[in-house]
Amino acid sequence: MFELLGISSQALFGQLLIGLINGSFYALLSLGLAVIFGMLNIINFTHGAQYMLGAFAAYFVLQYAGLGYWWAILLAPLIVGITGIIVERLFLQWLYKLDHLYGLLLTFGLALIFEGTFRNFFGSSGLPYSVPPALQGGQNLGFMFLPNYRAWVVVFSLAVCLTTWFVIERTKLGSYLRAATENPTLVRAFGINVPRMITLTYGFGVALAALAGVMAAPVYNVSPQMGANLIIVVFAVVVIGGMGSIMGAIVTGFGLGLIEGLTKVFFPEASNTVIFIIMAIVLLIRPAGLFGRGA
Amino acid sequence: MKRLITLAALAITFGCGSAQAQYTDGAIKIGVMNDMSGTYSDLSGQGSVIAARMAVEDFGAAAKGMKVEIVGADHQNKPDVGSNVARTWIDVDKVDVIVDVPTSSVALAVNEIVRDKNKVFLVSGAAASDLTGPKCTPNTIHWTYDTWALANGTGKAIVKTGGDTWFFLTADYAFGHALERDTAAVVEKNGGKVLGKVRHPFPGTDFSSFLLQAQASKAKIIGLANAGADTINSIKQAAEFGITQSGQNLAALLAFITDVHALGLQTAQGLIMTEAWYWYLNDANREIAKKFAPQDKGIHPTMIHAGVYSAVTHYLKAVEALKSDADGKAVVAKMKEMPTDDKLFGKGVVRADGRKIHPMYLFEVKKPAESKAPWDYYKLRATIPADEAFRPLAEGGCPLVKS
Repeated sequence: MFELLGISSQALFGQLLIGLINGSFYALLSLGLAVIFGMLNIINFTHGAQYMLGAFAAYFVLQYAGLGYWWAILLAPLIVGITGIIVERLFLQWLYKLDHLYGLLLTFGLALIFEGTFRNFFGSSGLPYSVPPALQGGQNLGFMFLPNYRAWVVVFSLAVCLTTWFVIERTKLGSYLRAATENPTLVRAFGINVPRMITLTYGFGVALAALAGVMAAPVYNVSPQMGANLIIVVFAVVVIGGMGSIMGAIVTGFGLGLIEGLTKVFFPEASNTVIFIIMAIVLLIRPAGLFGRGA
Repeated sequence: MKRLITLAALAITFGCGSAQAQYTDGAIKIGVMNDMSGTYSDLSGQGSVIAARMAVEDFGAAAKGMKVEIVGADHQNKPDVGSNVARTWIDVDKVDVIVDVPTSSVALAVNEIVRDKNKVFLVSGAAASDLTGPKCTPNTIHWTYDTWALANGTGKAIVKTGGDTWFFLTADYAFGHALERDTAAVVEKNGGKVLGKVRHPFPGTDFSSFLLQAQASKAKIIGLANAGADTINSIKQAAEFGITQSGQNLAALLAFITDVHALGLQTAQGLIMTEAWYWYLNDANREIAKKFAPQDKGIHPTMIHAGVYSAVTHYLKAVEALKSDADGKAVVAKMKEMPTDDKLFGKGVVRADGRKIHPMYLFEVKKPAESKAPWDYYKLRATIPADEAFRPLAEGGCPLVKS
């Protein structure tokens, strides 16, 4: 077909598809972050560690309960979500009225604790977790070989992201949530249990991270560091998309995955940094992010 | 009167010092620096500290009246952190010898610092063959393996069995570049061709994009010029994208037993790699491994751990013979003069360019059914004799070698 800067169109489409797959991980993770920041005003640095906890939960569920991947998709977010709720009740609820920085420091410290503990017990090389039999193999699309599992990741992430957006932006429950963030006292006056809603929202954001972790377990290494490398990129994605905007996080996640995919073709050494370059440019032009609503 | 007392005091001080060994600070301080928390922490990490401790115990330092202390530090795979640790160790903590240091970029930085401060640097973890080439110093010994030995072992063996077109997936830093350069040279010397290469950021997580480019090149062999978690992820993702099914083979140019353990035999079977030491090879090795594993979370010693043990043993022998650890150059010269002999590597020698010489082994990863014990992962394909395993002295470009 055609050639662009020395890369054939076939190779290009293959890379774009891979970029889309990576983007779905970014989107899923940044969605959780955006929900937590948008609703709770907490900068949740533990998100990477919770992603890692989700992957480990999937591994444990397989090792000790003999339950496979499909159970892990249900159980791991539940288990890690509950730990998130515990964290919120014990630590975070005291920080809502304070400066954002305190939440950041606390969650950062928690992330270090989680990662250090797991590294102490499990080393850094990682644990094996295989692709579920139903999703093994792949399709030969002509321009590349697409593993079935990666296709599933894109489809499922898209479904989860759009469902979450719909629930928050278009349903009654979502409207209570948004109202409670803007004016908790007034909403409480209507008889709605605001603290419980906030706790459950944090638990939900954490569960989203854990879900991303379960999806990552078969393809990336289940290792204690898996979150640390990803979390910085995800933060950049959320900042570019606009810190409180759900749709912004989703669109930016997929979009940046594509851009990173393209960079890997034309200038692979820069693929780690291109997202931050874009973040710097976006912040200069639109400080609130592409879809953000302002400070 | 005062002058008499001063003179008497001085006389006594000089008098009683001569019979005993003079170690700086009264103790030999060994600093084990490596990656304790990241990509390379299983293949070196705490295990190297344990190996150093075992070497000191087996040497019988306490019984010989030598006070030996071991300290460890995490360089986090960053040259600036490693340099700071090295400087602090030498200037403030009076460390006499720095051991291990995987991650070649850090090793090259520490190499310069140790030379400037005239201490001793025993490299077990790092691979770049430049350490005994253009960057060689009279204070450094490169102990366990290097990129040239890996290229010569794995690279040559694969080309000879028909893998004559290569595509490299390289970690974008000193080690990856060195391994790619040495392997490309071996491939071309043996009649093969390098069809292309791609450099991935270090450390990486997702290699799917790079593997796709490797697939598009249609090279018979995809050479993985990376290590640790990067190699593990590359191999896992290559399996996922059906790369091995479609007729291309992976060459893990640097792999350790910890990588095979993380991959599992099902995925890793058939991989060919070159290593300097394997715990299951003979009884002496197995005995050491049985002592080591419970102390290191069940991890069995890698060739890097064995190298630390061997290097520390030889260092202590040299320091004992010299009765001093103060002059780094002198200790290293003594280590080059004395032939080496220890439980793990047997007899060997340290060359003028700082290269320790011993045989290298070509291993193939067993199929799951062939493994007889936990961590029994390799079968021996070939032994490369010591005089062929490493780059010839004259070809290195080391300024210390008189040509």
